Amino acid sequence: MSGLRRIPWALVLVVAALFVPALGSRFYTFVATDVAILALFAVSLNLLLGYTGLVSFGHAAYFGIGAYATGILMKKAGIPFLLAFPAAGVLAGLFALVFGFFCVRLTKIYFAMLTLAFAQIVWAICFKWNDVTGGEQGMPEIPYPDLAWMERLPLAGQLRTSDHFYLLTVVLVAACLWVLRRIVGSPFGRILTTIRENPERAEFIGVNVRRFELIAFVIAGAFAGLAGGLFGIFNRGVFPDFVYWSKSSEVLIMTILGGIGYFYGPAVGALVLLVLNQQITSYTQYWPFILGTILIVLLFAFPSGIVGALDAAARRLARPRRA
Amino acid sequence: MPDLAFLFGQSLSGLTAAMFLFLVASGLSLIFGVLGVLNFAHGSFYMLGAYTTYQIVQWLGRDPGSFWWAALGAAVSIAILGGLIERFLFRHLYGADVLYQLLFTYALVLILSDAAKVLWGTGQLSVSRPPGLTGAFKLWGTFIPYYNLFVLLLGPTIALLFWLLLTRTRNGRLIRAAALDREMLGALGVNVDRLYTGVFVVGSFLAGLGGALIAPVKAVVPGMDVEIIVEAFIVVVIGGLGSFWGTMLGALVYGQVLAFGILIFPRFSIFSVFALMAVVLILRPWGLLGRPLKS
Repeated sequence: MSGLRRIPWALVLVVAALFVPALGSRFYTFVATDVAILALFAVSLNLLLGYTGLVSFGHAAYFGIGAYATGILMKKAGIPFLLAFPAAGVLAGLFALVFGFFCVRLTKIYFAMLTLAFAQIVWAICFKWNDVTGGEQGMPEIPYPDLAWMERLPLAGQLRTSDHFYLLTVVLVAACLWVLRRIVGSPFGRILTTIRENPERAEFIGVNVRRFELIAFVIAGAFAGLAGGLFGIFNRGVFPDFVYWSKSSEVLIMTILGGIGYFYGPAVGALVLLVLNQQITSYTQYWPFILGTILIVLLFAFPSGIVGALDAAARRLARPRRA
Repeated sequence: MPDLAFLFGQSLSGLTAAMFLFLVASGLSLIFGVLGVLNFAHGSFYMLGAYTTYQIVQWLGRDPGSFWWAALGAAVSIAILGGLIERFLFRHLYGADVLYQLLFTYALVLILSDAAKVLWGTGQLSVSRPPGLTGAFKLWGTFIPYYNLFVLLLGPTIALLFWLLLTRTRNGRLIRAAALDREMLGALGVNVDRLYTGVFVVGSFLAGLGGALIAPVKAVVPGMDVEIIVEAFIVVVIGGLGSFWGTMLGALVYGQVLAFGILIFPRFSIFSVFALMAVVLILRPWGLLGRPLKS
């Protein structure tokens, strides 16, 4: 058991993920890119939801801001990906700073509602500001970053552009997840957990709760922005839907489906939900119906999510049986 | 400067919209005030109310009174549906985190919207106005359909009835008590479970009625659930979650902001209502007429 634990599973998974294009299927690469990007989005939300105990109902705002930022910079200004991608994180982080400043002053349900209100404001602007965001029609044809250099890499020579972009996505998402993991494990992350468990007590021991919540909000927003920046390119276009409240609830569902008590839980949720979506939508158009049913089963039967349920099962198996 | 007649017409259309919104939002606010849950499925109940009205009108045929029976039947069916959902599903989540309760109601939104698509298709359906209310009359240069006048009068009537129910009856007192302290009420021997179901039934009834009454003036289409829930949500937030007169005020403000926002910045009228909601939340999170929640 302890031997198994010493293997760096996350690294193994990243390396394995790099070989998905080698399967040669355009479809697998497509799904894998989707999963990688939304996993980052969901994990960034979980920094608020699972670690700090803040329910954000408008996390799509920062995803969308990141997507629009990268899209506009690359398509309209011709700025290379190397600058346009970090810009997504910075801009989303700045918006999160401004919006979060007001949100962290409110508690519980009011916090959730204000995050939603801000997200809808962003949506209304994206939806109507035709000159900059393309309005209702969105902004199609975001160019791929220049990845011709990847052809010189061993094994990656014959791959398609979408495969190259997938490799880039895996590396960037893995790097982001690593940073987030470090943040969560740091003393700063511990304080966030303290705030979740008991904000009053955290205040008593001298923690400036609002400031820490705001910092968490900005970090979560920035990483959601990075995920959005990647998603706009992957999706070959940025649309106002990215910011709409149904997107926020989608990522919430992923996060809870995976399990908010685990760092990689939301990533598992993203994987399961997207793969299910791909499978089910090829049989029926009533995906929302299925999603709703999954959600109800989840809420009643597995409130701690997939990873939570697996974890509990593993513990039960590992425990020596007493007569 | 537009002339006064035009402004009058504009504000009247805002007022009519406000009355519809009030019907739906008051149910939402009632459920939140007592159960402490924001019911996303409230918009779905409204949508089902409209579809059910259409269906009953189809069944009854060309009978002159069919619309009224249909509206009543729809509101009652939706009330029963709401009661069943509360009794058999929602009740089991009261102990869970608020987030789980929110997601449950969101799951209902997904399921009910697809159910409506399966039953009635994705096309636009319409219900004709009830006979006797089909025409319009002219007042200060504005044509006012009789049906709108009826809605303008019905809104305050229902508000008044609702207010009397809450303040003058025993059940109303119990509802207000449950909003303040559920456990104490239970300890005093009141059947709180039944009360909660009752509140859910009344809230759903109002949503169904709102949907039934809007059917003759708006196309019955998929997507009307999400549209109304966002609007009703803004209304209750502005007015104050759980506050009865706050909901009325919120609906009136929303109607006017939307009606005049279109004149002032035509392209950003949606923006103006969301901005108003954010400003209210920042300055008075509990809304214009609400009371701060106990923490």
